[in-house]
Amino acid sequence: MICIRARGVEKRYGRKRALRPLDLDVERGAFAVVTGPNGSGKTTLLRLVAGLAAPTRGDLDVAVDRAALGYVGHEALVYRDLTGLENLDLYGRLYRVRDRRERIGMLLERFDLWDARRERAGSYSRGMLQRLALCRALLHEPDLLVLDEPFTALDATGAALLDRQLADLAAGATVVLSTHDPARVGSLATLRVALA
Amino acid sequence: MRYAADVATLARKDLQLELRARDTLPAMLLFVVSTLVVFHFALPAGADELAAQGLLWLALVFTALLGLARSWAPERESAALDGLVLAPCDRSAIWLAKAASTFVFLAAIALVALPAFAALFAPVTWETVAGVVLANVGICAVGTLLAAMAAASRTRELVLPLLFLPLAIPLVVGGVGASVSEEPGRFLAFLGLYDGVFAILCWASFEYVVSE
Repeated sequence: MICIRARGVEKRYGRKRALRPLDLDVERGAFAVVTGPNGSGKTTLLRLVAGLAAPTRGDLDVAVDRAALGYVGHEALVYRDLTGLENLDLYGRLYRVRDRRERIGMLLERFDLWDARRERAGSYSRGMLQRLALCRALLHEPDLLVLDEPFTALDATGAALLDRQLADLAAGATVVLSTHDPARVGSLATLRVALA
Repeated sequence: MRYAADVATLARKDLQLELRARDTLPAMLLFVVSTLVVFHFALPAGADELAAQGLLWLALVFTALLGLARSWAPERESAALDGLVLAPCDRSAIWLAKAASTFVFLAAIALVALPAFAALFAPVTWETVAGVVLANVGICAVGTLLAAMAAASRTRELVLPLLFLPLAIPLVVGGVGASVSEEPGRFLAFLGLYDGVFAILCWASFEYVVSE
């Protein structure tokens, strides 16, 4: 069953082409790894899949609605003046997460943010913000997870945590992940998309 | 019910952010009071009370503009607006919550500005109070949408006043009319009509503002 189908999808910002025409089929449950040099359109493709941008040309069908989509981009998408806990609580309410408090507590512990949960996100290091962004994206147990270079800024411990999390996700959810280090997720990948 | 819960969650977040950061409301309070003090000294002694009513509305509109310019600042940081757009709530709930929290800020401003105006210029009538409440609804409805549009622009500080002030003219006309007219009811009805029309337009069009 197809989860993401792209036919001739292209994105332009004015005259500048951000993504060359692309055909893509991602099966439900697949683990797609998107690679390519800087400027090849990895981030643009992932924003299109997440619904944060619209294609200039072509057809893109994503068979997952917003409630079942998790996204990690270059920014953490959190409020810097709210604590880590308050940020996750906000998103937990908006996503109607069942057993919200337990789920938030479990993710904060898993990503080693429990001790910093009452600190403002603005005081977090880059790596902590990335881990908070991962907690936010995983909070509602999405069916489709879109991760734009998720290993960025993570230290060895954080990257190992993410490795384990991705291995768990690969068992059920559909994952689309962009990276400059495809070897890191090579064992999980079922589909490779190389952008030029 | 779900929609109302989303609006409440988002509005509470906005109020929580302001209570914590305190970077908008104190500036607005200081601005409105200092503007009224400047007007007090700028207006010639014995000047008509009607002129003073106009100055009150100028102070309120420009103070609101100051607050609106900051209203989407927390969403710009760390691209939090993308997070809200991705959430499964109706996108108009984001606008309604922001407009509601902005209304609370403007109500706080009015609570300070109207007594200050009464102390410096002339007594405040119930028609003026009703005009301020109705005008604030319109300011929040239109201003929140325009501020969201401007927030996506690099020249947001220029874009917002250029978009907002022309659309605020009817609010000033209605507000001043309610304050000084022999028939304030007509002007209050005009403000109510403006609020209704623009609230519906802004509610319906916010989706397109935050979608690419």
